[in-house]
Amino acid sequence: MEIKVLGPGCANCHTMEQLTIAAVKELGIEAKVEKISDIQEIMRYTMTTPGLVVNGKLKHSGKPLPNIEKVKTLIKEEV
Amino acid sequence: MLKIFASYITYDLVRLDRGTRLADALNFFIYDTIKIFLLLAVIIFIVSIIRSYFPPEKTKRILSHKKEFIGNILAALLGIVTPFCSCSAVPLFIGFVEAGVPLGVTFSFLISSPMVNEVAVVLLWGLFGWKIAAIYMGTGLLVAILAGSLIGKLKLEKWVEEYVYKIKTGQGQQVFALPFKERLQYAKWNTADILKRVWLFVILAIGIGGFIHGYVPQDFLVHYAGNGNPFAVPIAVALGVPLYSNAAGVIPIVYALMEKGLSTGTVLAFMMAVTALSLPEMIILRKVLKLPLLGVFVGIMTVTITAVGYLFNAIL
Repeated sequence: MEIKVLGPGCANCHTMEQLTIAAVKELGIEAKVEKISDIQEIMRYTMTTPGLVVNGKLKHSGKPLPNIEKVKTLIKEEV
Repeated sequence: MLKIFASYITYDLVRLDRGTRLADALNFFIYDTIKIFLLLAVIIFIVSIIRSYFPPEKTKRILSHKKEFIGNILAALLGIVTPFCSCSAVPLFIGFVEAGVPLGVTFSFLISSPMVNEVAVVLLWGLFGWKIAAIYMGTGLLVAILAGSLIGKLKLEKWVEEYVYKIKTGQGQQVFALPFKERLQYAKWNTADILKRVWLFVILAIGIGGFIHGYVPQDFLVHYAGNGNPFAVPIAVALGVPLYSNAAGVIPIVYALMEKGLSTGTVLAFMMAVTALSLPEMIILRKVLKLPLLGVFVGIMTVTITAVGYLFNAIL
């Protein structure tokens, strides 16, 4: 599956990326986690970063960041 | 209650003698620290709950196709309660413009958001009293409304990067609905997050107030930038523009400047310049604004903040 973390590159976006990578690892699934910092690409999904996109679907955007359990649930919903 | 607690620690636990300078300083420090952290926790929590009802998507809808001026006022007010991560400024800007929010109204929002917020207001309230806090909030909104309307009046849409108008936003218009329980959780999380980021600055500010107070003589700063100097405000603003900090980070400096006898208008203008305008922010905004518009933005902000500083020095 394809997971994208949207964010132009601030502390929150970085945290979101780390969370997502950790969540994928804990779930033990095959997934490509990609960090998207291109603004036009981000805008296709949301205007409030950080965002989480799973298989082309926006699952989270903005603050507050979800915790790792929430991220796991969001990913599992699209498996 | 708090006073008794602070006295108990100072005189009974630490066993300092009443009336000594050190005891007074410690007493004041404990009392102020507890007072401000309580204020911060309560108010940030309440604001966070309100905030959870105003995600940027909703704010965008409210402001879309609003008339100038009324739109500017609304935008400045919404800037206080709409949460966004500083690095979201560019996507927010594009999203607003794309949704038909007038350029000047978008600016009112972007100006008010980092400058007028609950952290700034609570810290000013706790350290200098509610009057100064209210003045800061009122004039901050005024600056956001005025600067935004001016930019709107000047019709500068041509100086926005062309690609901004071409971007089509996708599914992100959806707002994730939250049950009240999750709003409370968000508020708790947000309060803890903000406190974690500001506590050191707050302690530093109170420390300056408590311990330097009375020890350090008024020095050259007042001589050059005190009330007698007509250029005090522009100097303070010019110093503040390139500096970058959030409201909490600038508070220790603000306290020190107040202690040194700088007049309130000058200090508030300095604080606004620091929080509202900064080099990193310019670099981020340059992605969507052409250089002339960026220049106009900085110019208008500098002038309005300076004007507000003069206004208060004249009134207070």
